[in-house]
Amino acid sequence: MPVNSILGVFAKSPIKPLQEHIDKVHQCASILIPFFDATAAGNWDEAIVLRKQISATEREADSLKREIRLTLPGGLFMPVERTDLLELLTQQDKIANKAKDISGRIIGRQLVIPQEIQVPFKAYLSRCLDAVILAKQAINELDDLLETGFRGREVDLVAKMIAKLDKIEEDTDDLQIKIRRQLFAIENDMNPIDVMFLYKIIEWVGDLADLAERVGSRLELMLARV
Amino acid sequence: MVDVLVTNGSLLIAIAAIFGFLMAWGIGANDVANAMGTSVGSNAITIKQAIIIAMIFEFAGAYLAGGEVTSTIRKGIIDSAYFVDSPELLVYGMISALLAAGIWLIAASALGWPVSTTHSIIGAIVGFAAVGVGTEAVEWLKVAAIVGSWVVTPAISGFIAFMIFQSVQKLIFDTDNPLENAKRYVPFYMALAGFMMSLVTIQKGLKHIGLHFSTAEAYALALGIAVIVGVGGSLAIKRLKMDSQADRQTQFGNVEKVFAVLMIVTASCMAFAHGSNDVANAIGPLAAVVSIVNSGGEIGSEAAIVWWILPLGAIGIVLGLAFFGKRVMQTIGKNITHLTPSRGFAAELAAASTVVIASGTGLPISTTQTLVGAVLGVGMARGIAAINMGVVRNIVISWVITLPAGAALSILFFFTIKGIFS
Repeated sequence: MPVNSILGVFAKSPIKPLQEHIDKVHQCASILIPFFDATAAGNWDEAIVLRKQISATEREADSLKREIRLTLPGGLFMPVERTDLLELLTQQDKIANKAKDISGRIIGRQLVIPQEIQVPFKAYLSRCLDAVILAKQAINELDDLLETGFRGREVDLVAKMIAKLDKIEEDTDDLQIKIRRQLFAIENDMNPIDVMFLYKIIEWVGDLADLAERVGSRLELMLARV
Repeated sequence: MVDVLVTNGSLLIAIAAIFGFLMAWGIGANDVANAMGTSVGSNAITIKQAIIIAMIFEFAGAYLAGGEVTSTIRKGIIDSAYFVDSPELLVYGMISALLAAGIWLIAASALGWPVSTTHSIIGAIVGFAAVGVGTEAVEWLKVAAIVGSWVVTPAISGFIAFMIFQSVQKLIFDTDNPLENAKRYVPFYMALAGFMMSLVTIQKGLKHIGLHFSTAEAYALALGIAVIVGVGGSLAIKRLKMDSQADRQTQFGNVEKVFAVLMIVTASCMAFAHGSNDVANAIGPLAAVVSIVNSGGEIGSEAAIVWWILPLGAIGIVLGLAFFGKRVMQTIGKNITHLTPSRGFAAELAAASTVVIASGTGLPISTTQTLVGAVLGVGMARGIAAINMGVVRNIVISWVITLPAGAALSILFFFTIKGIFS
């Protein structure tokens, strides 16, 4: 006797998987710190291992992404727009992709951050990762947002987090300008092709913060549509 | 012609009683899954608790508050004037309706379609009367009112659920201290639930079992029950063990624990409401058969429902529950639902109130339909992560199909039974 239960009406919630996805993305991006440490120390064996970890984590994030897309068929009635949710997921995923690209390019060209800009670069990288962490925290408020029906204090709380995320992104822009200037000062003594790629890497690391900010603004947009 | 009723009277009553009892059994075994599903699904109560609650409150609802709807099904849908000369046709018809509805339910369950007991029995009764006797034998106005109520009640219960959920957000979730506010306000929701259920029952249901109260007495009694429920609830909440870490995340977890206590009350209300409305689907036709046979073929007598009919239906539901309930509940328990007690309660309280009021006014409505309306209401208030509209659509379609299917089967049985006895 099959049971005709009303519970079929409740579809799988996309919120938990979305949070798992951003957790995975953050995990992936944060491996960049030990990765750059290993390259600075000239320890390429370890760097390759870490690069593989980044790749593997990125793949896991990808499969989570695919799973979420599959469990979000049309015809779901949700408190937020389905398109917003999918767009948010795409933005989240781009962070992991970017981390993979950065590590891949570094390994491929055996690129080392010059000694002179090591310290500011590390500060810059960790500030960019701060943005990713904050994006993760904001996404992790989604279940509380659902509890409160996407309104009131909880929305204000998330709005504040997003404002802070914007601030961090501005910070990273300033840091990026400084670090470019420092690189410019020493670039004449370096291999020109390496310099070109270093500029690219600096830009990509900045993209991590940019993408994190975009996750935030997507979330904001999602909350604004009532 | 009426001789048939005299010679075969007890046989006809026995057949109707057996079919009615089996139907009640089926309602208990199957339908109750929908009434209790939201409570079990949101992990507010265990399967065992659900069965115990369902047994007690389904019985109470069926026995104490099932009379008004039973009367509607017994004599509200068919214009008895057309049967004065041949009352045996009404007896055959009611038996066919029971049989048709029962078989349709079994077939649909086997195919996995969520069908409504109410729709199948109404379809069956209208079917035999319109085709077997003549379209004028049906009280179309009354039928229109019933079908209309199937559209209106989910909307009403959705609206109530929306309002309840909004009030919960304002009073509890969107505050500085949700947990304290939950402890403060949840007992009032319990009292409200107790008040609604007892008031409707006392005013509308109890007269069918021979108890009468004045309006003032009814309100006083309902208020008394409400206070008892509220106080009992707040005592139960005081005994809860809370996760002491006080960040916002765990606080919402604790708040949901408070709501889980409330859900025990609303689950009881839901079982009560379900019993009060759905018992009539099984015993309404039986009541009609018994009253015609007992009066020797005289129709339209204002006699009360015979004393043993309501308890027969109530016992049928409880036995169905006892035999199949556990299996049904286990299947539900395995489905992970993304439904927290605060949402489940809003949907259940709204649905139970709507169903009990419908029971009080004698309207046979569908409990599941009302609950789906309530769930959508909570969804409108942005309370539920994802509702599968495809499933909602299938439920609506299967209900619409149920009407002609019940009618066709009952027409078939009507002519068969008529052929056998005359």
